[in-house]
Amino acid sequence: MKASLTMKLWLIQRLSGMLLGLFVVIHLVTMIVTIQGGVTAREMLDHTSGNWLVGAFYSVFAIAAAVHGSIGLRTVAQEVVGWRGGSLNVVIGGFCILLSVLGLSAVKGLVL
Amino acid sequence: MRANYDKKEYWASFAQRWSGVVLALFLPAHFMVLSLSLQGEQALDGFLHWADTPLVKIAEAGLVVLLTIHLLGGFRILLIEFLSWGEWQSWMITVTAGGAFACGCLFLLRAF
Repeated sequence: MKASLTMKLWLIQRLSGMLLGLFVVIHLVTMIVTIQGGVTAREMLDHTSGNWLVGAFYSVFAIAAAVHGSIGLRTVAQEVVGWRGGSLNVVIGGFCILLSVLGLSAVKGLVL
Repeated sequence: MRANYDKKEYWASFAQRWSGVVLALFLPAHFMVLSLSLQGEQALDGFLHWADTPLVKIAEAGLVVLLTIHLLGGFRILLIEFLSWGEWQSWMITVTAGGAFACGCLFLLRAF
């Protein structure tokens, strides 16, 4: 059972990592291009408000980052601190939900 | 177990792990700042104005470096895990370090 969960999380970590690889390249290029001359809220919102493509992109991006980051933190907690078992899974699950909600709330603020 | 401090693979693994931890712990703050737009343009502009200082820009460049390390280092891990080993893969550590340094410099050049 434990090995099966570890295997599933390993696979989800790799698949979300592949997806994030593509998203992060786009995010890095966007950041480096737009940072020149400073960024104002108006400039950001002009590009994002009502743009459903941006909304969909960043929604998937935020959830993939939440899942990938949470699984990574779980592994580090196990290997570095030696924290294992149900309590770790509950805390990591809570962190993943918190990150997803915060990420989607950020997308809502920028797109809607 | 003795750590191989003199091996570049040890430091690649170290950088991959801890860049991921820093990025995962940074994400809630990142999402909360972007969510400020829910309170209106002025709230987000207030933060962007505060962030428009050399120290914050240098910190942001640090995050760009960590993100690029994690991106290229993650790509290296996928190559190792999903392809058969080729000596050329050992170059990925150099590519990761060089790419992260280049992205950080590019960000700083555009930010200032």
